[in-house]
Amino acid sequence: MSPRRAAVAKATPVAAKAPLILVVDDFADNREMYSQFLSFSGYRVAEAQNGHEALEKAFQLAPDLIVMDLSLPGLDGWEATRRLKADDRTRVIPVIALTGHALAGHSKGAMDAGCDAFITKPCLPERLLEEIKSMLKG
Amino acid sequence: MNRNAALRTVARRRAKVDASDRLKLAEALLGTDDLATCAQRALDWLGRSAGVTRGLCLVGSPDTPTVLEPIATLGVRGPRVQSFTLDLEAQDDPLVAASIGLGASVLGQNGRPAPRTPLESGRFIAAPLHARQTLEEYPVGLLLVAPSDPDVEAEAKWVAGLLGPRLTALRAAQRRLEGERRILRERTLLYNIINAVSDPILLTDTEGRITVANARAEALLSAGEDESEGRRRAIALNNMLFSSALTRRAIEGAEPWRHELLLVDPVDGSDLLFELLSTVTVDPREGTGIVSILRNVTDLRRATQEIEENYRKLRLAEADARAERDRLDLIIDSVADPILVTDPNANIVMMNAPAERLFTADPAAGAEARRTVQANDAHFSSFVSNLFFEPGAMRRSGSIGLVDPRTGAPLPVEAISGKIVSEHGEVTAIVTILHDRTEELERARLYEQLKRASSELEQKVREATAELTRQNELLRRSHFEIEQASAAKSQFLANMSHEFRTPLNAILGYTSMLLKGVTGELTPHQRRNLERVDSNAHHLLAIINDILDISRIEAGKMPLTLTQFDLKDLVAEVLAEVEPIISRSQLAVTSHLAGDVPLLKTDRQKIKQIVINFLTNAIKFTPQGSVEVRAGYMLDMDHIAISVADTGIGISPEDRERIFEDFRQADNSPTREYTGAGLGLAICRRLAGMLDGAITLESEVGRGSTFTLSVPREVKRA
Repeated sequence: MSPRRAAVAKATPVAAKAPLILVVDDFADNREMYSQFLSFSGYRVAEAQNGHEALEKAFQLAPDLIVMDLSLPGLDGWEATRRLKADDRTRVIPVIALTGHALAGHSKGAMDAGCDAFITKPCLPERLLEEIKSMLKG
Repeated sequence: MNRNAALRTVARRRAKVDASDRLKLAEALLGTDDLATCAQRALDWLGRSAGVTRGLCLVGSPDTPTVLEPIATLGVRGPRVQSFTLDLEAQDDPLVAASIGLGASVLGQNGRPAPRTPLESGRFIAAPLHARQTLEEYPVGLLLVAPSDPDVEAEAKWVAGLLGPRLTALRAAQRRLEGERRILRERTLLYNIINAVSDPILLTDTEGRITVANARAEALLSAGEDESEGRRRAIALNNMLFSSALTRRAIEGAEPWRHELLLVDPVDGSDLLFELLSTVTVDPREGTGIVSILRNVTDLRRATQEIEENYRKLRLAEADARAERDRLDLIIDSVADPILVTDPNANIVMMNAPAERLFTADPAAGAEARRTVQANDAHFSSFVSNLFFEPGAMRRSGSIGLVDPRTGAPLPVEAISGKIVSEHGEVTAIVTILHDRTEELERARLYEQLKRASSELEQKVREATAELTRQNELLRRSHFEIEQASAAKSQFLANMSHEFRTPLNAILGYTSMLLKGVTGELTPHQRRNLERVDSNAHHLLAIINDILDISRIEAGKMPLTLTQFDLKDLVAEVLAEVEPIISRSQLAVTSHLAGDVPLLKTDRQKIKQIVINFLTNAIKFTPQGSVEVRAGYMLDMDHIAISVADTGIGISPEDRERIFEDFRQADNSPTREYTGAGLGLAICRRLAGMLDGAITLESEVGRGSTFTLSVPREVKRA
């Protein structure tokens, strides 16, 4: 893992002021795939494997945007989002929800929990990048 | 004896009676009309002038002239005189013999004793009193005097000659007077009688003049001075009518004659009808008269008229009754059921032909039939009698088991009897109708059978229903299980889809990154291979998406999102999206939209999905030639039709339905030429159904296919 990440970092120098994206996903391959691509694309990236870690990192790092997979072990993505949106320190951070479940109920539940955008997997890294760019711009 | 001698001396001394004395007696006798006084004067004269000491004068009683009774005495009295009578019919009485002779005779001389008389004398003179000095059959009386000497005898004889005619004349005068009184009495009685008769009775002469009329006749026919004018006129009219009737009567002869005569009652003016009965009486002294009796028949006539009227009514009623009876006969004979009329003694008085067949025996019929008829009659009588003995009941119905005398077959009947009651409340007859129950009983038997069969059937149905219910329950359970299984399947597919996507997401992501050179530049060979990985990964994703769509539609979780949009924009969008494939295919892809296509209100995404499917299929199965997208509006159905026509390989008729089934392609062989999950058309057909539309296909093998989507312009639900 580490060598791959190093490779990405090498490929794309990250600006000190570049926005910090917190990628939350329990499936390491996907999490690291998005991290690599976002780092490659010039962002600073932090990762979390579950809901509790996501909350911890969010409060600790105060990221500019959070990419949240909803199906997480323990504290799930919806609950984590709700808690973030309930806290003054993290309320303003945009949350992009990601899910492998394409059913309509998931999208609505995500919006109700406070997510700012919703993307169904599979989601190519380029597609996520576009969404992040548009969110940070607004 | 001394005494007799002395008397004789006196008589002799007075033998010479002078003529004036005799004249005095004659005057005295003529000076009285009374028989007794006359006789007494004669005796008194004899005592005074002829020396008679005792004397008795007997005269025939007015009723029976042959029995002589004393009417005057001289020197004798007492009960012996009162009770003394002399019956002139007694032949051997010496007094009778003395009476019948003409001259005076001395009785009690020549040795024969004198008969006992009230004179108490052994010798006396009897001088019969005759009307004339001729011998008549009976004397009017007898004069007895004593003493008997020749002077006295001569004087007695003279007095008797004087007294006899005188008494006879007086007796005759007396008789005449009594006769006249009697006639008057009888006449009065007769008048009273005829006046008592309420019918007028008249005696008229031949000219019609009234000789005698009773009170009722006078009231009708003779007017008093003080009668009113009206009454007088009525009486005059009556006289006229009566006279004219009598005149006719005189013409028609002497036979007793009856004639009706109408008179007027003078009192109230009403008409009185009389029957005039008149008889001619011929009286030689009074002349010919007519006795008329008028009998008042006014009431009789009225009664007669009433009787006639009643009789006429009776005749009419009888005629009516006869007609009624005829009609009734006709009716009851036309009724197929036996009808019987019974009198209060339960005797049959009337029956129709069907009843006769049951209750009368054909003389030619055998003994068996006669017994049957008797038995029928007995059953029937017993039934009817029961009704008679129920005072309150007017009707009775019940079953009687009769037998048909002709066939001997049992004939169960229902009998209905009704009483016929006169206006006085007495039962005059009973009418009974018998209704053959054979068919009814047969029907009842069949009905019973039917009921049994029906209940058996019902039982079977119940059992079958129970079985069905059980099966239904099983089915319901199994359906529930299937539903659960289906839900589980959908859930499974959804989960699988998620499970597929997660690794696919990584594959696609890393492939994409590699192709983008995130990890450094690739050799052309590497790149080509990597593109194959990418392409297959996308294909796999498409299949997964299709499976997900189907499971979502089947689970009812495919949402409809209705928006209004322009079909032109949609077609342009589809062509743009499919452009990469079009350009690879080298086909001429065109679109032609009719100008009148209105805005649609339906699920835009689903229409788009279907059209993309049509278009990608068309391109896939068209090696060369063209593909055209067409759209038009069908006004009559308010439908939009979107077609994609190609010049491709076409679809054989037997494959045209199969291609819409899940996981099907026309070529199902493992070595098929065309790839694809084969879910596209199956999804399209389901989506079209969700939009109330349909997909149709026209195709010819080797010439091409045209797929057409037809949907309502507007989906009529949320």
